[in-house]
Order: sequence, then structure tokens, then C-alpha cells
Amino acid sequence: MNKTPEQINEELLLPLNSTSWRYYLAVAALGMLVLVGFYAWGYQLDHGIGASGLDRPVFWGVYITDFVFWIGISHAGTLISAILRVSNAEWRRPVTRCAEAITVFSLLIAATFPVIHLGRPWLFFWLIPYPSERGIWPQFRSPLLWDFFALNTYLIGSFSFLLLPSFPDFALVRDRSEGWRRRLYGILSLGWRGTPKQWHRLEMAMRIMAVAIIPVAVSVHTIVSWDFAMALVPGWHSTIFGPYFVAGAIFSGIAALIIVMACVRKLLHLEEYLEPIHFDHLGKLLLAMSLIWFYFVFAESLTTWYGNQPSEMTVFWLTRSGSFSPLFWMMVICNAIIPVPILSIKRLRSKIGWTVLASIPIVIGMWLERFLIVVPSLEQNRLPYAYGTYTPSWVEIGITVASFAAMPLLYLLFVKAVPIISIWELKLGQHEKPAEVAAPVPAEEIVQGATASGR
Amino acid sequence: MQAIYGLYRDPDSAQQAMDLLQQAERGLGFNDNQILVLTGEPYEDHAFGMQNKKTIMPWMSAGGGLVGGLLGFWFISFTQRAYPLMTGGMQIVTKWPDGILTYELTMLGAILTTVVTLLIAARLPDWRRHVFDPAIGEGKILIGVTDPPEGSQDELRRRLRSAGAVEVKEFIA
Repeated sequence: MNKTPEQINEELLLPLNSTSWRYYLAVAALGMLVLVGFYAWGYQLDHGIGASGLDRPVFWGVYITDFVFWIGISHAGTLISAILRVSNAEWRRPVTRCAEAITVFSLLIAATFPVIHLGRPWLFFWLIPYPSERGIWPQFRSPLLWDFFALNTYLIGSFSFLLLPSFPDFALVRDRSEGWRRRLYGILSLGWRGTPKQWHRLEMAMRIMAVAIIPVAVSVHTIVSWDFAMALVPGWHSTIFGPYFVAGAIFSGIAALIIVMACVRKLLHLEEYLEPIHFDHLGKLLLAMSLIWFYFVFAESLTTWYGNQPSEMTVFWLTRSGSFSPLFWMMVICNAIIPVPILSIKRLRSKIGWTVLASIPIVIGMWLERFLIVVPSLEQNRLPYAYGTYTPSWVEIGITVASFAAMPLLYLLFVKAVPIISIWELKLGQHEKPAEVAAPVPAEEIVQGATASGR
Repeated sequence: MQAIYGLYRDPDSAQQAMDLLQQAERGLGFNDNQILVLTGEPYEDHAFGMQNKKTIMPWMSAGGGLVGGLLGFWFISFTQRAYPLMTGGMQIVTKWPDGILTYELTMLGAILTTVVTLLIAARLPDWRRHVFDPAIGEGKILIGVTDPPEGSQDELRRRLRSAGAVEVKEFIA
């Protein structure tokens, strides 16, 4: 790609200035699905938490599955973007903002699920660690409280990571707008002008943020895994749950990123910016993560099987050959058997359609994985007389579908307001960097030369 | 505020303009702080893009992290002592969970301090009217002098043009 700054401005700002009927149609359709989710939630509020399929002994079901899943998807963005920034990977430039936006939206969606799961959301403030006169809260030993801190730190960090490099692009939109849009983007850009000091501080801040956000991202999903691993529940109490969850999160995150990038590329006509090489690079990462994920599943399964503890083996066989086995084997097919061959063959991986084809089953497979971690262990938890079954109700399914619609809806609204590719970073990537700073030319020489040539 | 500036198509011309202005500043009666550079992207591989490079931002971030961690630990341990839970004889102030939360608050402190330091150091937000030209968004580089001394304008224009300015303009607020 070799484009002038004017061409880059024109092509990347086009989605902000023109809207087709297809866009409105897509927003309306997705909005309807989100409304269905609100209706389902309203029904649950009216009828109580019994409207969901949650009942003794399974008190964690689809809502917690969704929570863990969306936290995992959030690892698509900030973490990957930060790693690519720290490693100074040049191919990151068109990818970073696409990725960072996924993080912020999926975290916002994930954060709604604990509130929905409460049943009585007007008591959501019980989640906040305020001094409790009831003498039961804040319980600093509870991983649920650790979640609160970790999630908020990650959300604030990710939002800042997305927002800071947007100031120069907001200023660019401001300078090419009139009326209320000019005023709005003037406010959003904070009066950015582009002095060397501003650029240098921004780049420095992004470097620091990139370094800081990587351990935060790792800690977030590790802590989510501890929601399970700290409990003495068969199938949950495992030392590898931290890295296993982090690997799974990055795995599902990259798959989601590939799907989103392919959609953005097609819908916003960004074929010259999001090139097959970007999908090829992400495909390689996805292949590596698929193999790592499979390794973790194998290691976890083998250790459990070899230990042969009765309560653990009950859950083990429930998922491998019992009522959950269709979901388990579908998960393995989706996460390893389909994507690994596709992504291993360079000829397929370098084609966008094939990379997307490998990514879609991964997103499905990772949702199933979260479900298989949460539910079977609670259905057959140690005491046979307390065994039970869980079937999600239409309310839970409706809210889950709405969350899957909310993500593209938020994304569609986002691309109308913010350039989806960081314009200044893309232009920066086009610089031909000289080997050294050009030596100053003596001023007298230039002035004399200019005078002699009649200027 | 008044300014005279030139717009340059490439960084080498902009660097020449910068050099010309720096060499002329004593004779024409202005100083380094009055030389203005605006660009649509960072040029850290050119001298004109490296003004004001010294910063204590990494130290501020580290300090913010330290303060965040210490305040976080204080907040948690204070709350644990002030509202003690029934622990059956186990510790009230717990090391491992407090370590996890202290870590999160350390990182939060570092992140927030970085953002605040950026805003203060880059002087944002600032919605007042300043010298600016939208052409920098099209890849042009703005080099100029703010509040040039009386009688120096013509010479400044000549020097800015001689370095290869696409356009020389005047800004009056």
C-alpha cells in the first residue's frame, strides 16, 4: 500500500461521512435482537430469578458462561495490541484500533452479566467493596471481589488505551467537519494540535500503557479462573486453571478479531488497508493458540484421569461419555480438529475466507468450553443425592443472543463515530525512515542559493 | 497572538526551515520558544520533531503505581480491621488476597498517572484559539514563529520560502 495522506484521510474518514441504507438496516436488526434481550431481562425481573433455568444445585449457568466468555473475547484487543506495540510489529498499524474496540465493548457486555445474574439488580451495589454494617462484606478473601478490582482496572486501562491514540484522529475529523460535528470533535480531540511535545508524550504514554496493560490483562483472566479454581468443586480445583483460562481467552479473542476485521474490511471497503497478510499473521497466532489450548485440555484431562478420584471422575465421564459428551466433542472439533488443518496449510491460511472459516467454530467452541467448565461440575458435585440437571430457559437464551447482537451493534455505532483504523499511525508507518537525522544545511548557502535563483 | 509560518511537503524541507530559523533567531530578535512546529504525525527521526523530548513520565507512572499500591493496601487492611469478619481464628489482614488486590491497584495507579501526566504534559485539554492549519492533516509540516518582532516579518517570510515552503501564511488571533 502506497497512498498519499489525502487519500488515506478520504478513504478512512468516508465511513464517518456517508451512511448507506444497509447500515441502518443492520443497526435496526441488531437493535431488535438487543431489545429481545431487554424484554427477556424484564421478564426475569418481573417473575424473579426462577424465570431462568438456575435451580439447586446449579446456581451458575449461562449467565456466568457468558461472563467468562466475553471476558475472554476482551483479550482480543488490548492484550494483542499491546504485545504488537511492545514488539514493534509494523503490521499492527491497521489492526490495533479494531482490536482495542473489541476489548472495551466485550468488557462492557461482560460486566452486565454479574448484574443480570444477581436476580435483584437493584442490589448491584453489594458487589462494590463498601464497608458493610451487615458484617459480611467486603470479603477480601473472595475471588468475586478480586474480579471487581481486576475487571475495573482492565476496563479503565483498556478504555484509556483506546482513547489516547484517538485524539489526533479526532482532531483530523474536527478539521474536516462543520457545524455541530466540528464542535463535537473539537471537544473530543481536547484541542489537539500536533506539537512535537504532544506527539512525544503521546508515544511515551502509549509505550508505558502497553507495558502496563499486558500483566493486567493476564491477571484479569487468571482471577476469573480463580472464581472456579479456589472452590473445592470437582473439575474446578486445578492449579493450571490460570494459564488455561488466559490461553483460552487469547485464543477466542484472536478468532473474534479475525471475524470482526473481515466484516469491517468488507463493509467499509478497507481491502487496501486490511490485507491478506494481516489475516495470515493473525492466523499463525491462532494456530499457535489452538495447539496450546489443546495441550492444556490434554494435560488437565490426563492428570484427572490418572488421579482417578471418584468425584473428579464423575464429572470427567459426564463430559467425555455422558450427557455433556456431544458438547465436549463438538468443542474439540470446533477448537482443534477444524482450525488446525486449515491454519497449518499456508495456501489456506493466506486466504481471508479460510481464516474466517477457521475462526467461527473457535468462537462457538470456546463458548461451549466455558459452559462445560461451569455447569457439569455443579450438576454432579460430590454428593449423589444432591445431583441435579440444568437446562437454560428462553430468558437466558434470549439474553445470550442479545449479547451476541450487542457486540456488532456497538461496533457499528463505533465505526460511525471513530476512524476504525488509526490514521496517524498508518501514515507514520509509511514514512521512509532515514538512517540518521539529516545534517543541517548552512543557512547562508540556502538563502544565497534562493536569491541567486530569483526567489 | 500573531504568527508567520510556512507549510512544507517533506520533512527535509521542514528541517531546513527549522535550521534557518534557529540560525536567524539572534539577528531577528526572537528565541527558540517562539519557533512553532506542528505536524500530522510524529517525526521523531528528524531534529524538528524532537523538541521537548525530555520527560519524567516513566518515573511519574512508576510513582503513581507505588502510590496506588500503598494506598490500595492501606485501604484494604484498614477496612479489614475496621469491619472484621468472623474468620474462626484465621488472619484478619490476609497476605495473599491483599497481595492480589494491591497488585491490581498498583497497576491502576500507574495507568491513571500515565493518563493524567500525558494530559498535563501535552497541555490538554486546551480549546483556546492557537496557531493551527488543517493542512497538517494532509501531511504538510508547519514551521513558523509566534509573535515575531516588528520588522522581522519580511525576512522570516523570505527564509521560510527559501527552505521550500509550499505556502507561507500569517496567523492573527
